[in-house]
Amino acid sequence: MNKSLEDNFSTVPALEEFPSSPSAPRRMTLNMGPQHPSTHGVLRIVLELEGETIRSAAPDIGFLHTGIEKQCEALTWAKTLTLTDRVDYLANLSNNLVYCLTVEKLLQIEIPERAQWLRVMMTEFQRLSSHLVWLGTHALDIGAMSIFFYCFREREEILRILEMFSGQRMMTSYIRIGGIALEPPRGWEKAVGKFIRGFPSKVDEYENLLDANPIWGIRTRGVGYISLEDMLDLGVTGPMIRGAGLPLDCRKTEPYSSYDKFNFDVATQTGNDVYSRYRVRLQEMRESAKIVTQALEGMPSGPYVADAPHVVLPDREKMKTQMEALIYHFKIVTEGFRVPAGEVYQCIESPRGEIGYYIVSDGTAKPYRLHMRTPSFANLMALPTMLKDTLIADSIASLGSMDFVLGDTDR
Amino acid sequence: MSHPAILQTIEAFGEITHIADPSQIVSLCRYFKDEEEFVRLSGLTAVDWHPAEPRFEVVYHLHSIERNKRVRIKCKVSGTNPEIDSVFSVWRSADWHEREVFDLFGISFRNHPNLVRILMPIDWDGHPLRKDYPVHGYKYSYPNE
Repeated sequence: MNKSLEDNFSTVPALEEFPSSPSAPRRMTLNMGPQHPSTHGVLRIVLELEGETIRSAAPDIGFLHTGIEKQCEALTWAKTLTLTDRVDYLANLSNNLVYCLTVEKLLQIEIPERAQWLRVMMTEFQRLSSHLVWLGTHALDIGAMSIFFYCFREREEILRILEMFSGQRMMTSYIRIGGIALEPPRGWEKAVGKFIRGFPSKVDEYENLLDANPIWGIRTRGVGYISLEDMLDLGVTGPMIRGAGLPLDCRKTEPYSSYDKFNFDVATQTGNDVYSRYRVRLQEMRESAKIVTQALEGMPSGPYVADAPHVVLPDREKMKTQMEALIYHFKIVTEGFRVPAGEVYQCIESPRGEIGYYIVSDGTAKPYRLHMRTPSFANLMALPTMLKDTLIADSIASLGSMDFVLGDTDR
Repeated sequence: MSHPAILQTIEAFGEITHIADPSQIVSLCRYFKDEEEFVRLSGLTAVDWHPAEPRFEVVYHLHSIERNKRVRIKCKVSGTNPEIDSVFSVWRSADWHEREVFDLFGISFRNHPNLVRILMPIDWDGHPLRKDYPVHGYKYSYPNE
């Protein structure tokens, strides 16, 4: 068990040998991370340098591995939901949603329209908040300090809205199997409307702040190129692949949760560099604002949970007055509900790309196997290809443009 | 859609699952990629059916952007000395997914270029996602619990 540090290094994924010929340039191995500020978490990248040029990059992940997939197998279906929040800590609601959609596919229950629309609205808020964190920190990495404060100003308002709806700022667990957790509080239309009317002008503000800055252009244009063929081969999804001109978006291609009823465009750019990814995300923020506005204006009325008493917790009033409701409550909370045996895969478009949950049920009250196909894990695989033969100073910009979350990578 | 390696095709919950012969997995994946336009390997994982035999199922999720379609391929792998061919030569995205399955299930992939642990520490013993691996208390005892 007591392996020396040297042994640790010897298992680092395939690095090229030092060149034996004396005329060949000398190579230097550099450890970036696990505590490098621009990795936004604990990611270690072993870089092999030739002067200032990166000849190979080997990401080393797993520092945040918490065994979430294993833990899920020991929890009931309802309790597993709280763990999905903690996978990708910047897109909690997206993970809630994909989990609920997968389980509902197995249970074959119909979700009321109001719940579906509220889910769409909340996940779009989540996309906004995630992209705002990305924009702020990415610009900060490259050296544009002030944009961070602007982004976090709006993010704070979004988190307040999330808190208003669910009682939590980040780990909301708001989307539940069978619907959503709570009926929105009184006056939510006003709070959401006020924010969303002002938001598009804020996006213009970020754009002005960055695009008018020549340094931003120099540091992002033509940097972090990776070909579309490589991206498809390496399983990259999300804004990265849309920045290469491919309109791959589960919201359009495989609409879930009534996304087909919303009118929005898939943002694409053709530059295939850090700058295009930035443009894609800015455009996505505008599109998300459009979706939230449509949800606000056309929010259907009706119940917010499905009519499935064996799955959905009864409301408190019924639980205290009706015997059946009390029995259901007791059974759901203690032993959980059973989900029919089978296996399903469901994917949604998270702020980072395709999240897919593959669930195998053996007909008991706990998931037999829950696999999370997370976008950060798949996107990070493209890093060696992207960094190869680029300058070390550009590696920060390239890394940032991928927008990975290490919790999502390591699970 | 027919290929000699497909043993059985199941349709459930609106999803198509092909049960395939593990010895021909590479040629089958190559067929899906080249002939059926499944350009993306969306995910790769495994399921442990301990104590049944064959114990493991390796699951491939394929995605065709052109046809807007997804299929699942499953291969059964024996519990003693579990091994299957790597599909790295078909999709490079299999790289980390196969390392993850190797790490957490202990299934080794033949012809994988760099099959080492990816999530667990490199000197770890055991494979956490196996069903005979405890959720709690691995190698430790908690006398007061």
